Amino acid sequence: MSVDLIPLVTFGLLALVVAVGALAASELLGPRRRDPEKLTSYECGVPIFETAREPFHIRFYLIAILFILFDIETVFMVPYVTLFRDLGVFGLVEMGTFVAILGLGLLYCWKRGALEWD
Amino acid sequence: MMEWFAENPVLSGIIKAVVLFAVPMQIVPGLIYFERRICAWIQDRKGPNRVGPIGALQPLADVVKLLMKEDIAPKGVDRAIYVLAPALVFIPSMLAFAIVPVGMDLQVFNPNSGVIFAITIGSFAVYGLSFGGWASNNKYSLLGGLRSSAQMISYEAALFLALMSALMMAGTVDLNVVVRDQIAHGWNIWRQPVGAVLFLVASFAETNRLPFDLAECESELIGGYHTEYTSMKFAMFFLGEYIAMITMSALMVTLFLGGWSMPTFLLTIVHDWFGVAISFDQVTLGTMFWSIVFFSAKTSALLFLFIWVRWTLPRFRYDQLMRLGWKVMIPVALANLAITATVIVLMED
Repeated sequence: MSVDLIPLVTFGLLALVVAVGALAASELLGPRRRDPEKLTSYECGVPIFETAREPFHIRFYLIAILFILFDIETVFMVPYVTLFRDLGVFGLVEMGTFVAILGLGLLYCWKRGALEWD
Repeated sequence: MMEWFAENPVLSGIIKAVVLFAVPMQIVPGLIYFERRICAWIQDRKGPNRVGPIGALQPLADVVKLLMKEDIAPKGVDRAIYVLAPALVFIPSMLAFAIVPVGMDLQVFNPNSGVIFAITIGSFAVYGLSFGGWASNNKYSLLGGLRSSAQMISYEAALFLALMSALMMAGTVDLNVVVRDQIAHGWNIWRQPVGAVLFLVASFAETNRLPFDLAECESELIGGYHTEYTSMKFAMFFLGEYIAMITMSALMVTLFLGGWSMPTFLLTIVHDWFGVAISFDQVTLGTMFWSIVFFSAKTSALLFLFIWVRWTLPRFRYDQLMRLGWKVMIPVALANLAITATVIVLMED
C-alpha cells in the first residue's frame, strides 16, 4: 500500500467507526419499552391505510435517465478541461460539436415536455 | 517540526487524518448552536440560553439526550437498509472533505483525480436519503426520499458543470494548483462570476438546505425521509447534512474564493499587526498557520451565509425547483463553459 493512502484509509476507518459506534451506542443506551401502537408507522395519528410500497410517478425515472446522460457528458469534459489550452481551436470545435449535440438533446426533452412537473 | 513531518510519513499521515477528522466533527455541534442562535436573532427571539453560559452547552445536552432516547424501528421497515441509510449519509460527506486543502498543501489525501474524487464520493449521499425514505415503510418518507434523490441528481449535473468553469481557469483538477492559480491571477469569483453563483445555488440544493429543503419539508412531509427515525439514527442524518454543508463551503472557498490564500493587501495588514511576513512560495510553519486561519475565516463566512439564507428565504415549490435546475442552471452552465473555453482559446491563439 502506498504511503499516500494511509491518511485516507485512517480517515475512512474513523468515519466508519463513528457511524457504527453512534448507531450501536443508541441501541445499547436507550430504554426498551416496546408497545404495538408505538411500532406503527406515523401517519399524523390517523389509522394507516394501504401500503407505503406503492408505485411512484414515472417522472422520477425520467429525471434519473436524463441525469445519467448529463453526468457522463461532464465526465467527458474533465480531460478536455485539463487539456483545452494545448488542443486549441481543434479541441474547441470537437468539444463544441459534442456539447451542441447534447444541448439539442436537452432542447428536444424540453420541447417534448420531459422537464414539466405539473 | 516540518522536517519531522516529512521524515515520518506514516505517523504524520495518521496524525493529519485524525486531526482533520476531529475538526469538522467538533464544528458540527458548534454550528448547530450558532444556527439556533442566529435564527433566534433573525426572528427576534432568545434561542437556547438555559444550558451553560448563554446556552453554549445546549449541543452537548442534545447529544446526550439523543443517545439516551429509545431506538424505535417501526413494523414493516426493511431492517438492513433502514440501519444502513444514516451511515450512508454521513460517511460520503465526510470522505469528500478529505481532499479539501484546509491549509497550504494540507489535505488528508491528494488523488490524481483531485476534486472529481470529492464529487464522486460525495454523491453517494443520495443513496442514504433515498434508502432511508424507501426502507421506512412510510408514505411521507417515500415521498421525501424520491424528492431528495431527484433533486440531488438534478443539481449535481449543474454543480459539476459549474465546477468545470473554475477548473478551466487553472486547467487542472488538482485543488492546490487551482488555489495557486488564483494567487497569481485573482480569485475565480471575479473571473467566473456566473460559475460561482451557479455553484453556490447548486450546493444549497445538494445539501438539502432551504430554500431547497423539499426532501424534509416539515410542514407538508413532516420530515420526509427521516420521519420514522429516532435517537442516534435521526441525529446521524443531521450530522451528515451539516458535514456536507462544511464540505460544500470548503469546496466553494477553494474553487472560487482563493482557498487558503489571501490578497496581498490583507497579507500586508497581517504583517503590520502581527509582524509576520507571509509568502506563499514555500511551506513554513508560520505560513501554514496563517493559511489555515484564512481558510477557516472564509469557510465560516460561507457557513454563516448558509444559515442566513435558511432563515430568510421561503421554500421553493417542487416544479419551480426542477424548472430552475433543468431549464435555467444547466443551460446557463453549459453556455458559460462554452464562452469561457472559446475566449481562452482565442485569446491564447
